[in-house]
Amino acid sequence: MMLGRSAWGVFWMARYLERAENTARMLDAGFRMALTRGNTAASDEWRSVLITLGLDDAYAALGGDYTGPAVTNYILRGHNNLGSVLAMMEAARTNARMVRTALTREVWEATNESWMMIRDMLARPVRESDLGHVLDSIRRQASLVRGAMEGTMLRNDIFNFARIGTHLERADNTARILDVKYHVLLPSLAWVGSRLDNAQWEMVLRSVSGERAFRWLNAGALDPRGIAQFLILDGRFPRSLAYCYNKLASNVVALAREYGETTSACHLVGEAAEKLGRTTIAEIFDYGLHEFLTDSLNGNFRIADAIATDYRFTE
Amino acid sequence: MTSTAISSFDEMIDDQGNVRPAYAGYRQWYDAQDPKWMSRQGKEAESFFRRTGITFNVYGEAAGEERLIPFDMIPRIITADEWKKLSRGIEQRVRAINAFLHDLYHKREIIKAGKLPERVLAHNDAYLKQMVGFTPPGGVYTHIVGIDLVRTGADDFMVLEDNARTPSGVSYMLENRETMMAMFPELFTRVQVQPVSDYPRALARSLAACAPPAFAGDRPTVAVLTPGIYNSAYFEHAFLADQMGAQLVESGDLRVVDGRVCMRTTRGFKAIDVLYRRVDDDFLDPLTFNPDSMLGVAGIMDVYRSGGITIANAPGTGIADDKAIYSFMPEIVEFYTGEKPILKNVPTWRCAEADSLAYVLDNLADLVVKEVHGSGGYGMLIGPTSSKAEIAAFERKLRAKPDNYIAQPTLSLSTVPIFTKAGLAPRHVDLRPFVLVSPGGINITPGGLTRVALKKGSLVVNSSQGGGTKDSWVLAE
Repeated sequence: MMLGRSAWGVFWMARYLERAENTARMLDAGFRMALTRGNTAASDEWRSVLITLGLDDAYAALGGDYTGPAVTNYILRGHNNLGSVLAMMEAARTNARMVRTALTREVWEATNESWMMIRDMLARPVRESDLGHVLDSIRRQASLVRGAMEGTMLRNDIFNFARIGTHLERADNTARILDVKYHVLLPSLAWVGSRLDNAQWEMVLRSVSGERAFRWLNAGALDPRGIAQFLILDGRFPRSLAYCYNKLASNVVALAREYGETTSACHLVGEAAEKLGRTTIAEIFDYGLHEFLTDSLNGNFRIADAIATDYRFTE
Repeated sequence: MTSTAISSFDEMIDDQGNVRPAYAGYRQWYDAQDPKWMSRQGKEAESFFRRTGITFNVYGEAAGEERLIPFDMIPRIITADEWKKLSRGIEQRVRAINAFLHDLYHKREIIKAGKLPERVLAHNDAYLKQMVGFTPPGGVYTHIVGIDLVRTGADDFMVLEDNARTPSGVSYMLENRETMMAMFPELFTRVQVQPVSDYPRALARSLAACAPPAFAGDRPTVAVLTPGIYNSAYFEHAFLADQMGAQLVESGDLRVVDGRVCMRTTRGFKAIDVLYRRVDDDFLDPLTFNPDSMLGVAGIMDVYRSGGITIANAPGTGIADDKAIYSFMPEIVEFYTGEKPILKNVPTWRCAEADSLAYVLDNLADLVVKEVHGSGGYGMLIGPTSSKAEIAAFERKLRAKPDNYIAQPTLSLSTVPIFTKAGLAPRHVDLRPFVLVSPGGINITPGGLTRVALKKGSLVVNSSQGGGTKDSWVLAE
């Protein structure tokens, strides 16, 4: 038993941390892509990073150009950009402060220190030569908080609400990356082997830190269908949809067990995990990748909504 | 004598330049340390406080702006004998305060006896008519009290203020000790200091002992009510809830359900038995007090009066630490305990009285003048350190509304050493010991919070005005 508001705070703290980390990964992938491509292709790439993060309209309204330094600085620390890494770290930390008593001292300190470090790092515009270091630090700080959670928190409702936040956010992230890229990738399903498309696929894998795992599993071959299969259905990969839904399912089951009651959120998650478990990649492509991903994102939204209602996050 | 500076009692060094017994063990250790290493430790302490988030918010600064209260690493040291006398005096005073509150809200015998003029209650917002005729669970009004003491001589401790509403600062007392033990572990094996770390457990026990009539079960549910993360003392609210294993609740979490004050949990509404509230009376219940309050619980006063919840401290305790009451404290202590007060009051002129006002106006340059309802060092005049223009401006305010002010002599607060680049240097301090009251008795944590004016010669120790804190030691017997 915990306060509904605390469950809400823990959930969002975890979501913001995950989102900040994912954003850093995506920037890293975009940065690398831009380095290896011509200027036009690079600005397309930055545009698609903004679309994936849902920041394209706000950025266009500012009239910024689509170069690496302009876009990365906007995403990392843009003034009035509520979706910036800086704003998300601050939101994560504010939530942690609000639910301070639900966290162990280690988790609170790791979150607080991460925020202080990233705030200092992003106090001034980030130069291209420092970008790699900054992105690395963001990922490392996220790992520190995750490690502190893993190592010090009781496996109770508090922990499960945090994990639900993490896994929902992660599932969202992977689905959005695939969805933004799918139209670029669609031709390649029939037309394998062009260098351009390989680079695009690699970008997708990099942005979920999956390039090494995929190569290791597939002996270096980049096969689009295989990659989609890997990111959607391979339960061994910690950023695949299958993995996220399995974890979500075990988190809501643990909650149901602790509370002695099954909620609508439990049913939704259970159904989603079960359905994904039965699906093949061929069925997904037959149905339409975009449609599948849209359904998945809508499903995540419904799950988040059900959890907030079932567990009384707000009045 | 050519110097006009007030000479102060220094707690470490006596008039002959010798180290006093309280500091003997510490100085021996200190003199053996490398000053450069000490200096590094000081910086270390600051980063420790930042990391753990021990901050306070300053009103008037950008929202969410958090500041550290400067920490000085030289402990303030009190001997076991000094403490024994102090704690007897504190206990006597706190007993009297609780008896006084009960009397004020029931028979008012002290007024009938002519020891306290009725006018101090009239038009006094701190006196709550909703409390008249009601006895809080366990008969306890002030579950938590912070008595502000100043020292002016070897045996002269005086009470500057009785904080009987929601005294803050206890988290600093605890964290300062933790920090000292982390920084100088070997020091604590050399000098035996009475521990303070029992405070959160004692607080939890003390609150649980005051469960309301409606409580049924094995263990009362205790919650800490905070105004929220932007409150200046939020860190402390979270810290205490965490240390007690209590829920930290905000207004939005609470609602009256079936005659109980309940918190919204992930499994529905759950009744709270004891609420340690860190919001002021005025904001506690929008139905009873300030209707615009977003910090309280609508209907909590009805629940309280029908025995559904314990509120700590009880509403209406503020009348006991009102500055208009303060000057009567010696009579109050004697009236309820039948004993002479062990702790002295600072001589106080009530500007509401014509003779006193005349005296105060003639002597503004030598006096400290305070607002009756002010706190935090705001809205006061320190005559000796103020310019002619400041004094003149204050005089106008005082003449316009004399009832609103009391005046006291400028006290030569004692000094204790702080660590500076040039070595140890004396600075003025006060002391706030923390007292817990339950039906079972009174518990005083040895020591308390020492606040120190970091600027040379300054007498203002408030954290909102550039003061710092120190670990306060009571030596083991």
